[in-house]
This record gives sequence, C-alpha cells and structure tokens, in this order.
Amino acid sequence: MEREVQRVRAAFGSGRSRPLTFRRRQLEALRVMVQEREKDILAAIGADLSKSEFNAYSQEVITVLGEIDLMLEKLPEWAAAKPAQRNLLTMLDEAYIQPEPLGVVLIIGAWNYPFALTIQPLIGAIAAGNAVIIKPSEVSENTAKLLAKLLPQYLDQDLYAVVTGGVEETTELLKQRFDHILYTGNTTVGKIVMQAAAKHLTPVTLELGGKSPCYVDRDCDLDVACRRIAWGKFMNCGQTCIAPDYVLCEPSLQDLIVQKVQEAVKGFYGENVKESPDYERIVNLRHFKRIQSLLEGQKIAFGGEMDEATRYIAPTILTDVDPGTKVMQEEIFGPILPIVPVKNADEAIQFINEREKPLAFYVFSHNSKLIKRMIDGTSSGGVTGNDVIMHFTLSSLPFGGVGSSGMGAYHGKHSFDTFSHQRPCLLKTLKREGMNQLRYPPNSQSKVDWAKFFMLKRFNKERLCLLLLTLLGVLAAVLIKSTATNTTILSSFVGESMTSCP
Amino acid sequence: MSGTKRPGSAKHPGSESTPGRMDPFADTLQRLREAFVSGRTRPAKFRAAQLKGLSLFLQENKQLLQEALAQDLYKTAFHSEVSELILCQNQVDFALRNLHTWMKDEPGAKNLMTQLDSVFIRKEPFGLVLILSPWNYPLNLSLGPLVGALAAGNCVVLKPSEISKSTMKVLAKVLPRYLDQSCFAVVLGGPEETGRLLEHKFDYIFFTGSPRVGKIVMAAAAKHLTPVTLELGGKNPCYVDDNCDPQTVANRVAFFRCFNTGQTCVAPDYVLCSPEMQAKLVPALQSAITRFYGNDPQRSPDLGRIISQKHFQRLRGLLSCGRVVIGGQSDESDLYIAPTVLVDVKETEPVMQEEIFGPILPIVNVRSLDQAIDFINRREKPLALYAFSNSSQAVKQMLDRTSSGNFAGNQGFTFLTLTSLPFGGVGQSGMGRYHGKFSFDTFSHHRACLLSHPGLEMLNNIRYPPYSDFEQKLITWALGSHSCTLL
Repeated sequence: MEREVQRVRAAFGSGRSRPLTFRRRQLEALRVMVQEREKDILAAIGADLSKSEFNAYSQEVITVLGEIDLMLEKLPEWAAAKPAQRNLLTMLDEAYIQPEPLGVVLIIGAWNYPFALTIQPLIGAIAAGNAVIIKPSEVSENTAKLLAKLLPQYLDQDLYAVVTGGVEETTELLKQRFDHILYTGNTTVGKIVMQAAAKHLTPVTLELGGKSPCYVDRDCDLDVACRRIAWGKFMNCGQTCIAPDYVLCEPSLQDLIVQKVQEAVKGFYGENVKESPDYERIVNLRHFKRIQSLLEGQKIAFGGEMDEATRYIAPTILTDVDPGTKVMQEEIFGPILPIVPVKNADEAIQFINEREKPLAFYVFSHNSKLIKRMIDGTSSGGVTGNDVIMHFTLSSLPFGGVGSSGMGAYHGKHSFDTFSHQRPCLLKTLKREGMNQLRYPPNSQSKVDWAKFFMLKRFNKERLCLLLLTLLGVLAAVLIKSTATNTTILSSFVGESMTSCP
Repeated sequence: MSGTKRPGSAKHPGSESTPGRMDPFADTLQRLREAFVSGRTRPAKFRAAQLKGLSLFLQENKQLLQEALAQDLYKTAFHSEVSELILCQNQVDFALRNLHTWMKDEPGAKNLMTQLDSVFIRKEPFGLVLILSPWNYPLNLSLGPLVGALAAGNCVVLKPSEISKSTMKVLAKVLPRYLDQSCFAVVLGGPEETGRLLEHKFDYIFFTGSPRVGKIVMAAAAKHLTPVTLELGGKNPCYVDDNCDPQTVANRVAFFRCFNTGQTCVAPDYVLCSPEMQAKLVPALQSAITRFYGNDPQRSPDLGRIISQKHFQRLRGLLSCGRVVIGGQSDESDLYIAPTVLVDVKETEPVMQEEIFGPILPIVNVRSLDQAIDFINRREKPLALYAFSNSSQAVKQMLDRTSSGNFAGNQGFTFLTLTSLPFGGVGQSGMGRYHGKFSFDTFSHHRACLLSHPGLEMLNNIRYPPYSDFEQKLITWALGSHSCTLL
C-alpha cells in the first residue's frame, strides 16, 4: 500500500499532471472509456444492484459524461489566476489568486451508485491537476473489479491508481499520507476517515448521510407530490443518500398520501413490482436483513413483501410511525417510507431540528411563504422544494452535507475548488524602495497616521490618482525623514486631494 | 445513530465528560446553543450590531489594548496599530460594508430541466463556533476570525491564549460587554482546559497555532464530525537570487524577520542564497538592523521581547547552530534575543528542523534557483514563501514549481493587509482560509437550494418509469448532447 502511494506521489512530483493539456487529455480519455466500454459498465452496475441498463445509464453514466464535458469546457477558466483587489499599500503590485493542485488525492467510493460516486470526484481531482488513488467500494464488487481493469487502460497508470479491497485494505490505505481525502459513505466510517486524516493534517470532504425529511403540506398538489416522492424514494430501491427518508404531514393527509403513492408505484412498476425491469434489489444480505428488522412492530399500509433469495423488498409505506422506533433511528436506505404525523409545519420544523442535520430537506407546498419559512427554520446539506433529488443534478450547486451529514462539497466548479489550493500571490519589484521607508523603524506617530492612510483606504483605478498618490507617498516618506511638523500640512493637502479623486 | 435526537435540545450539549466531574463549560455552551436555536443571531440587524460592538470595543479601548499588548509582547504603539488594531478595524469595517451582499442568496446556473425553477446557494450559520487563538497577535488573531463568525450569524465561544495574559484579560473582561452575551462567551484556560473544551460538540472549530496542536484539534473534531479551519505554521523559505540589490532585499527581509520579534507565522524563517550573494547580504543585513534598531538593539523601543521563558530557552538553544555572523546576544532577565544571522547551517541542525519563531535568520547556501526549488520541495509545504529577484522570470519559476499557503515576490507579508486575498495554509501549514469575504464563507454552510415550479408536471412525466424504448432513446438523446445531468 505504502509503495503504491509513493509511486503515485513520485509521479505527481514529476509535474506531469499539471499542464492543462495533460489534464484535458486524461479527461478526454475518460470520456472515451465511458463511451467505448458502456456495455461493460452498465453490466457491472446491473450485476451489483440488479439495475436495468437504462437506469444505470440515466442515473450514473449521464452524470459522469455531463461532468466531464463541463470540466473540459471550463478548465481554462477555472485554472486561470484571478486578480485580486489591492489597497494603497500594494497598489503598484500584482495581486492574484492562483489555483494549484494539492498533490495526491484519495477517493473512497460508495456502493449505491458505484460508478458515479467514484468517477465524478475523480473527474474533479484530475481537472485540478492532482494524482489520484481510487478505492471503490468492495460491496459493489463487479463495478470495483471493472474500474480496476479499465482505468489503467485509459488513464496514465502512474498518476491514477485503483486500489481494491475491504475494511482491512482501506484501514491500511488510510494510514498513508494524502493531500485530500474525499469519502462517500456513512457517518461512522466518516469519523474514522477524519481521524486518520487528522494524523497527517489532511483536509477531507465527507459525503455522508442521514434521514432526509420530506414535509408534505395540506396545500399542495398531492398527486404530483406523491408521484415525485415515490420516484425519489424507490429509485435504486431506496438506496440513495438523498432519497426522501421519511414523510412528515398532518394526520388527515396520511391516508391520501398512502393511496397516491400506491398509485404512483403501480404506475411505475406495474401490478407485480417484482417483475418490473425498472425496480432494483437490495445490494446484499446484510442490508436486506437490516431493512427487514426495521419493519418490526410497524403498521404497514401497503407493501412489506420480501424475498430473501433475490433480496427483493417491495415498495412499503408505514403509517402512524412512532419516532422512537428503530425505523426512525437510522438512515433507512431501503424502499420503506415511514409517515410520521405532525400537527403542523411548526411541529415539523421542531421535529427536524431535534435531529441531526440531514443531507437533504424536501418540502411540498403551493405556499411559497411556507416553503421559505421551513427552509429558514431548518438546516440541511441541500434543499429541493416541490420535488426531490433534483438539486443533485445541477452542477452549479455545491453537493455536500452539514453537521453529521458531512462537510465540504463537490460537483462542477465546487469539485475543482475542493481539489485545488487557491494560493494568494503578491508580486512586487525591488525598485521604489523609497516608498518603503514609511514602514521601517525607528517609528513615530506620524508614521502611524500614514500607515492608517495607506492600509485603510481602498485602491481605485483612476490613473491620475495613482500618479498623484505615488508622488505623495514618496514625498511623505522624504518629509517624515526630515521633519515631523511638515506632515500636518501635508495631511491636510492630501486630505483635500483625496476628496477630489472618485 | 444518524437519526437520533441531536444533543442540544436535551440537557447536555454533546458533552462526554466523565460522571462526577464538574464540567465548567456545559452551562455556557448550553446557553449559547439555546440562543442559536432561538434564531437571535440570524437577522442582519443583529449581526451588524455585533460588528459595530466590535468596532466600538476597538475604538474605546485602544489605550487599554495597547498597554496589554505592550505588556505581553513589548509591542510599541506603532506596532500595535499596524499589526493588530488597524487590521482588526479593517476587517470589521469591511464586514459591515459588505454584510448584506454576503448574506444574499447566490443564484446558480440552471440546466434545461430546471429553467423555470429557482436555483440558489443559501449561506447559513453553522451554529456554535469555537475559536482558539494564539499568543503572538492575540488581538488580531482573536478578532479576525470572530468578525467572520459573527457576520455569518453564529454563536461564538472564544478561547484566547493564556500565554498572552494581559490581552487575554482584556478579551475576557471587556470584550463581552460590547457583544450580546447570550450569543458570545470567552472561556479561559490552558492545554488541559482546552482538551476538555474540545470534548464538547461544536459546529465549527477555527484554530490558529502549531501543527502539533492542530492535529489534536482535528482529531477531537473528528469525533463529532466538526469541520475545521486550521491556521498553522512551518518554515517559510526566503529565496534571494543573485540578481538583486542586496541592500533593498536586506531591508525587507530583516524587517519582516524581526517584526514582532520574529514571532509571526508568516515571517521569513530562513534564507536560501548562493555563497556569493551571502557575502553581500550579510553586511547589508547588518546595515539594516543597525539602521532599524541602533547599535544596541536591546535599547531600541522598536524591538520586542520573547513571549516566555520557555520560548526564550528554546531560541537561545538555536543560537549555537551554525556560526553567528550578526547578533547572537541574549539576556535571560529581559527575555531579549538580539536580531541574529547564522551561516554555515546544516539541514539537520535544530534551527533548520523547527519553526524558529524568533529574531534569528539562518542562511542556507544553494548554487542555483533549481537547487533552491528542490530544497523547498523536499520539505513540508510552508505557510508563506518569499522570492527576491530583479528577474520576474525567476520569481515566477519559484512560484510555479513550489507550493505554499501564500506567496510573495520581492516583498514580505503585506499580503495580509489585503482583504481580497484568502489567508490560509496548505499541507502541514494548514487547511481552510479566511480574511474578508473568505471569513464569511468559512463560517457559513453553503446550502444548495432548488425550488421547483409546482406545475408543469407533464414535462416531468418523461422521468418516471416504465421507460418504453422510444422514451429511452429520447431521454438519452436529450441529455446526452448537453452538459446537464440526470432526468
């Protein structure tokens, strides 16, 4: 493990990954890989999650392609130095912020969208000029094996390496030193990753989870709301970090919601959900049993059918759920939708705030004031109003959590920034040392006044002012060296001229 | 555990202290958390009032603060002004001027599917913020982060360094009077108390100090998944090219090295230059030092003293590294270390192994720019990197082929005065950044918001299963040719 990381680090040290042309080529190669090997990729995802080719394509591959295209388009803009506003003290200097790669980035992928959640971060890391070690989740075995085979075939083998394995290998990997770690997964392991990172002072981005609440207001289009909720909930068999985890609504709405969700489910998957090619399966037996246990003692409004052999769990709704029960104590990550009745929106806000900050918050209502109130009154990684999941699809929005749902964010420019060090640069010449006399000891009160003048005023671009002030600076320096009294005269003179400069 | 009740609404604010042991912080933290939950700190008016309070604190207590800084670090009035008071005032004013703009939702670009929706990034306070500040610029490094945390709408616990005692007292006794005390508290203590404080859950931790303690802070934060900004340190290299005016360079290097008696995280720590340059630089440095501090620097009011016995002893030990060519004197009773230049220094000696944080400048010889770059890259990424040369090419090369928190060409750390530049480290020198708008952003959670148009469900039907062959082709075509994602 150590050797592998050192090899990648040495490759980074060569400087190969820095030129924009190189980064472009790698991103283009990645694109080619996705296009040429599409069938293999879809098959691997399908094998891991019993996902149809179309779903795998529309949920994962499209996201990746979109991200590559965006990165290719924006790379020159994002990698360019950005000039910074100067003050009088630095008005003749060059001041800017230069994005730089961090070095060796570790990406630990998750199993629920095994392709997208590993490759999307990779795209950002490559674009920012880093070397990358990719550790796909061992739970999604087929995708992991495929990535280990494909990535070296299309990308620079020394700069980008795939490491496979389980808990033991990951623990070993985390002992090594990286320049940034992006981890997607659960809270418990998130803490372990951050603790390991602390030993090396490695910054981290943790994409974790939680219970994403969904408040359904009395005043909303219930048909549309329930259809969208059903879509987001049962997609990938509920195994989505931003799936609406549970519903909060007034008691009078419960039955209607059950009815309409049921209708939506029938519309999506037909009478026999098990037969639908668009309905996935639980990833493994351990999670199957975990989700199964969540149903104990619950009132099942519909659904509840299970088949251990195929790891099938039917779309299920629970009503009148007691907040103290198991299903409300952990992220469900399965096709079970509990409904917790609350009196009104205020109670819903309170309920949400008593719990850990979730990765996503959803609210359905025609009343935009109510939506605003609920957003203002809660906190979460992200929000989608009158829909679910969709904020994930906009690369202009940072995707990340807060509190126990995570820290940091990525997607689009946020990926580029996450994997870069934004280095401030101030370039001066060795000339005009005369102007610096002001700052050197021995010191005096008049120097304080001048220091204030130069540091507190902001620089505006009028060329005339610039010339005037340069001269004044030198003049002031010379004068201070000679006598102290002259400065008062000068101060008032300068004060006058400052008001005439815009 | 992810869905369980969050501590803070119940009795304990996430404290895991051993039973039967008095937790001195529990009440304070509980109080602040409750204030945050109540929403007091959110309105712009409240935040502006807090910032104005800070401004008033600085203005009304200028003399008190100058005295405290003089007592702690022998700072003259001038020093206190330019390195602490003015910078704080600047930050407060800048925040007040821009608060409303910063608080606004940032609109986001939409894709095809979301053209009719409202897309924005909402800046929200994290909640309860902990600021741990150090002793070398005890006012500036407390108030600087505080400005950002308050502007962003958080409740704040400030733990100033116990080493800069006088300033600590002013911050503890006087500062709270200017702020809403239900949302702000100062806690005091040493390493042990800080350890206990860190057992509690915070929503953000901002730490300025050494990398060693930075690791401890981050490990403690990891237990609660608390995001952190760590402003640490390291050895800031200062490359002096053969192509330069030795006196000008010497002026700048000596000035920034000796500023605050060398106790600055971004001070040039050591010089890299050729033996030929060294021969010219040393007399120029002597000239500069004499000019700034006179023939007997111990008498100069513009040179400060070392903060404590412990650091004095540490620095005195470094005086025996290499060979002293300038200074080298020390006076234990006065905690005085003379501005010193060392040559013939070996990489393995202590003076090249730890951050100096004192008025001692070792010179290490290199034969070329390339060698200097290799030397720098073999070591941890520093907080600041300096390159002096008449050739802008040389400066650019140094910039392009190294990494550091900040970079200055032909200059010292004046970049600190620019609110438009982010200030922070990279690698061992730190993570995260602040100053100006970067402070506000650091202490805010950037919440992605998409408010979908409630109607027009017809357009959405395309995303729902089942997917006929035709629909699949249509969707694939529609999404494949643009840079938008998902259905």
